[in-house]
Amino acid sequence: MTVFRNSISRRTALKGGAAVVASLSAPSVLRAAEPAPVKIGILQPVTGALAQDGEYGRAGAEMAIKDINDAGGIKALDGAKIEMVFGDARSNPEAGVQEVERMQSEGVAAIVGGFASPICLASSQAAARYDLPYIVDVGVSDQIISRGLTNTFRFAPGFSICTKIAIDNLVRINEAAGKPAKTIALVHEDGLFGSGLAKLMQEELPQYGFEIMESISVPTPSRDLSNVTLRLRSLNPDLVIPSTYYGETVLLARTMQQQRVKPKAVYAVLNGAASNRRFVSSFPEAAEGIMDCNHWHDPSNPGNDALMKRVEEAGKQWNYNTPLNYSCVGLLVDAIERAGSAKREDIIPSIASSTYAEHLMPYGPTKFAENGQNMGASPVSTQVQDGTIMVVYPEKFANAEPHFPVNG
Amino acid sequence: MYPISIVAEAMLNGLLTGAVYALIALGLTLVYGVLHIINFAHGAFLTVAMFAVWAAYVFLGLDPYLAIVPLTILFFAFGYVVQRFVIGPASHGDDGNILLVTLGLSIIIENVLLALFQSDTRSISTDVSFQVLEIGGLLISKARLYGFLGAVVVTALLWLLLVRTDTGKAIRAVAKEKLGAQLIGIDVKHVFAVTFGLGTATLAIAACLLMPTFYVNPRVGGAFVLVAFTIVVLGGMGSITGALAGGLVIGVVESLCSLYLGDSLGQIGIFIIFILVLLLRPTGLFGARA
Repeated sequence: MTVFRNSISRRTALKGGAAVVASLSAPSVLRAAEPAPVKIGILQPVTGALAQDGEYGRAGAEMAIKDINDAGGIKALDGAKIEMVFGDARSNPEAGVQEVERMQSEGVAAIVGGFASPICLASSQAAARYDLPYIVDVGVSDQIISRGLTNTFRFAPGFSICTKIAIDNLVRINEAAGKPAKTIALVHEDGLFGSGLAKLMQEELPQYGFEIMESISVPTPSRDLSNVTLRLRSLNPDLVIPSTYYGETVLLARTMQQQRVKPKAVYAVLNGAASNRRFVSSFPEAAEGIMDCNHWHDPSNPGNDALMKRVEEAGKQWNYNTPLNYSCVGLLVDAIERAGSAKREDIIPSIASSTYAEHLMPYGPTKFAENGQNMGASPVSTQVQDGTIMVVYPEKFANAEPHFPVNG
Repeated sequence: MYPISIVAEAMLNGLLTGAVYALIALGLTLVYGVLHIINFAHGAFLTVAMFAVWAAYVFLGLDPYLAIVPLTILFFAFGYVVQRFVIGPASHGDDGNILLVTLGLSIIIENVLLALFQSDTRSISTDVSFQVLEIGGLLISKARLYGFLGAVVVTALLWLLLVRTDTGKAIRAVAKEKLGAQLIGIDVKHVFAVTFGLGTATLAIAACLLMPTFYVNPRVGGAFVLVAFTIVVLGGMGSITGALAGGLVIGVVESLCSLYLGDSLGQIGIFIIFILVLLLRPTGLFGARA
């Protein structure tokens, strides 16, 4: 360690001397006195269908980089500043791969982001060709961590963790309220995500005494969900579980409100809308009372309030992607600090052995399994209460009691 | 299986949606009846109209129902100009060319919209979007009811225009016998352009009636135009009343299919009808020309 420190200071002194000489002829070269910045690739879809989500994520990553630089950069590298290399994944995997190639040619130390599972899958694979560390922010597909790629890490929970916890939380919330919900109707989009989830629920939920009345599939995009709503009205289930994308969930919630379909609760799983502040602010009446089991920040961590305030002051919007990306950048920088190096081959084992706890999510210290999944990661159950998204379960992180049942 | 009230409501929903489908099919059938071409750019024009309604609401605060008047005039002019100065000259009088020109136009429009607005889905939410009328236990969305009424009124007006006015006579004359119409001094190019303008103007109205409950993205027109083609075939190509009747039938069939088979299979009924009509009655329900 001493030898290491000495070599750094000697190098710095040399650089400093060189800078003084250089500044005689060109004062602007003074910047060369600083250690070379560490480039970090931030990949988000900021145009196309997923543009909104990409912007949430980008805001978080930008804030994290700014905070680290303002606090003196990477200390183990003599205060080297972080330079963001931003890539727009344009809402499709091909563009994600192109941006990874560009980031590689610009010499980034690691990449953070991706958002959607298809983008994360393709981009992390492209990065794997260069042994480039890749931290997935959101992508929930279990495939992401089952390909044996040593460069790929996922900080957030994946599909199987989320569904397991969603079902556990539902059972506990229902039991605590005296089991008011017995019958369930599933409304799911007919792609891989929704159908897979519906199949899993059909297998799991009856074991806990629930009756699945019907599993209704809807296409994405849907022109109209009036008929689905009519079926729900005739079935009259205690619980509606939607697993659809943003547009269809909004359409469903609005049509249910309009057609006065009021189940005892709406409990969504990994839903695009019910844990989205845009939905809650655009359609407060339709959103009220809806529950979701999804990624969400830890409300008991004051860092979130501070970050939320700053994001809003910057004229940007906050969603769970924001603290998630903020935390992913923190995780990466922590790994670089501990490795004392921005070399790829040093960063990868350093992330793998990481016990990073200073993040904003309700996860506890990171603990990566061999496949790259953070085993501490977990979703929480949220509910829209009086126009605000509150965490209602588990109690450890909750900032509100669940309203269950919502109606009746 | 389902109580009668649910089935009745599904049928009513179908009728209300079908009327707007009919309105979209109206422009298509009119252009076919007179110009004897299938306008492949119909869906793209609808998308442009829907973006126009969205932009008028977002940037000018203009309510979609109030936007009907300016947008109808604007889109009539747009259709007139496109036919008179783009499609007409580019086709050199060959129907096959017209087909390709409209196809090309649709590709250009879709990609220009993609460049301007990206593939984001946008929607507007007006006061009417959430309101319902309660009639004997049935809950009817006001926005859809207005859509239905608007579609019926426009169909009636268009029918009156064709039957009662000189312009209508000229359009019918050109449709029946182009050369003869030319001989008695009708400006065929002008009539073609007016017809095309009427076709795009109906799309502007359809867009205004759709937007309070629907969304827009650069490919949205395609979702409607496929249904519109089916309606045109079902109603009889070139028939105004056929388009309305066809639209209502398709709307109800789609609604009942999605009630009983699920929304993913809701479309299946439409295409079964399409094939049956082509097999059993190729002229359509109201088609006189065969």
